[in-house]
Amino acid sequence: MRITQGCFSFLPDLTDAQISAQIEYCLQQDWAIGVEFTNDPHPRNTYWDMWGNPMFDLRDAKGVMMELEDCRKAHPDAYIRINAFDDERGIESVKMSFIVNRPVAEPTIHLQRVDFVDRAQKYSWDMRY
Amino acid sequence: MTTEMIDATETGPPTTIDLAAEYETSGVADVLRELDEHLIGLAPVKQRIRETAALLLVDRARREMGLTQETPTLHMSFTGNPGTGKTTVALMMAGLLHRLGYVRKGHLVSVTRDDLVGQYIGHTAPKTKEVLKKAMGGVLFIDEAYYLYKPDNERDYGQEAIEILLQVMENNRDDLVVIMAGYADKMDKFFSANPGFRSRIAHHIDFPDYTDQELLRIARSMLAAQNYFLDGAAERALADYIGLRRQQPHFANARSIRNALDRARLRQASRLFSDAKGPLDADALSMICEPDIRASRVFRGGLDTDIAARSQAAE
Repeated sequence: MRITQGCFSFLPDLTDAQISAQIEYCLQQDWAIGVEFTNDPHPRNTYWDMWGNPMFDLRDAKGVMMELEDCRKAHPDAYIRINAFDDERGIESVKMSFIVNRPVAEPTIHLQRVDFVDRAQKYSWDMRY
Repeated sequence: MTTEMIDATETGPPTTIDLAAEYETSGVADVLRELDEHLIGLAPVKQRIRETAALLLVDRARREMGLTQETPTLHMSFTGNPGTGKTTVALMMAGLLHRLGYVRKGHLVSVTRDDLVGQYIGHTAPKTKEVLKKAMGGVLFIDEAYYLYKPDNERDYGQEAIEILLQVMENNRDDLVVIMAGYADKMDKFFSANPGFRSRIAHHIDFPDYTDQELLRIARSMLAAQNYFLDGAAERALADYIGLRRQQPHFANARSIRNALDRARLRQASRLFSDAKGPLDADALSMICEPDIRASRVFRGGLDTDIAARSQAAE
């Protein structure tokens, strides 16, 4: 099952040239770029592993692309995303985040129903590999 | 990227190219004009840069016509004594390469050994990569590059930085240009110990020392930029100063002059403070007089420590 999160989630996977262009846009906005990866793409998992430190004063997208290349080489079967952090006062949070790598065989998100008091039903989702 | 490909198929490569027009429109002319106006002396350097600019312009035209595909090797080495304008020229070179489209952003990242080499195992590679990432799309200027290589210590981490640098210089030729700078003799030794660098560096530019006349002109333009001027006697004193300073140790061309002028301004301020009786006009506030220069220790044989060292050597 194709798991989608963040920006461009309705589009097909971005090519490297497209990723590079998006990063270029982020750098133009003075956003810091971080690369993160995980094997647990559950939507409630916000804690992805950081690939190195966030990059604060780059001028060109090539620097990020090098890190992304290294991360893909080390974790070819992980989900990798790029986060763009805006440090402007009053915002100070991630403004853009998109997936740039996904495993060949993706897990599925499975809906789990549980009966609760008074015939109520509770729903939760878990990843099935 | 795709638009470029479409353009090429629609119009095809150009059949003729007007080099003079290219020269003006690309902005190269502006950079070279700036180089001529802002830098005093350095005739051989200017000549070399003009030649390099011509080569790159022709090369770009050839690429547009489809005569060549490869990016030329642009890494350079600037050799010369301290204070001869290597960093300033590197900055202009970054602008030149940017206008010709050989680097995408045209910024200059200036580093020394400390920025590239770590202090313990596993520290060097991330540090060097961090610097390289910042320099992508621009020019990486490595000042005193020969300190990267310390032959007397075989466990020195400099070698690791050198290997990463060499790899990036080869694989990312489209993304960044490396300029290495330093004293001529030490750079020669560095290159002969690291043949990988010599073969990857296409342009060697040598910066000559400034003559006394040129240093005096530099001093005048430095002062003019800060709205100061020298009176006649002070100018003669400064000419004497330059002649004497050159003989003494740690002479750094234009940088020595800038420091001397900073100290002269200091003395001028304290002279005005203690001597002035009435109100001062703008001329009095911006005139450097003879005593401001003559009070320098250079006229008494240099720094006390240097005099002591020399008399010890004589004994």
